[in-house]
Amino acid sequence: MTAPTSSGAAVVTLPTDSQILITREFAAPSQLVFRAWTTPDLIRRWWHANRGEVTVAEVDLRVGGRWRFVQVTPDGFEVAFSGEYREIVPGQRLVWSEIYERMPDAPALQTMTLTERDGRTGMTILGEYGSRQVRDAVLESGMEAGMQDALSLLERVAVSEH
Amino acid sequence: MARAATTADAFNAIAEARRRQILDLLATGERDVTDLVAALELAQPLVSKHLRVLREVGLVEVREDGRHRRYRLNAASLKPVSDWLRNYERLWSARLDRLEDVLQELKETEPER
Repeated sequence: MTAPTSSGAAVVTLPTDSQILITREFAAPSQLVFRAWTTPDLIRRWWHANRGEVTVAEVDLRVGGRWRFVQVTPDGFEVAFSGEYREIVPGQRLVWSEIYERMPDAPALQTMTLTERDGRTGMTILGEYGSRQVRDAVLESGMEAGMQDALSLLERVAVSEH
Repeated sequence: MARAATTADAFNAIAEARRRQILDLLATGERDVTDLVAALELAQPLVSKHLRVLREVGLVEVREDGRHRRYRLNAASLKPVSDWLRNYERLWSARLDRLEDVLQELKETEPER
């Protein structure tokens, strides 16, 4: 018997008024997950979330080193995040600061933990946004991306009808 | 598309920790004010005020039962809140599904680490 490769969808919860917690399990060792998370060529292949492409993936993996990811949706909407690495424990833990460049005055702190068991890895990403207002704005940006998605799909359908 | 910033929607009503506690209590069944006051250890006027806010946005319904007013959760009114969160969850599900794809490919190309 092989372990299932599909490990279930990400689960998003709101532990406090200013936090977002994302959890998910992967059928892979934690060192591999860590590598895929911090290697530009690999980031380009998953960060897009099926919404366009990753045009910039810069990683300076040192404490105090900068990172920047830019994604362009199919209808040309640019989504850019950047920040710096604060704690690096390969295969176990990564802490980074993060700003959504459209809201530069609202920095977040993200803490990712990886826990490996029997070749599988549990991931948690805890985002601390400082206030409920900022946290909720971030949740809304997810909704915006979803809307962008739906709208560009509609547009394609509309164009093909003519 | 941002949600409307009204003061009287479900989002605002559940922003208050005490009101979330009331919803949690009502999720297990009908309660009257006396039950809620005892469970929350809050003054009755304060509990009544929270209940009023929750009723105004439709999160809580009230039923007259003799001399008692019984409050209950209207779970359907929480749907906009959960849809909102589910959108963000879909974004991350898609992102981490692609990460899983990358991981499976890495495992195949380098089975012996």
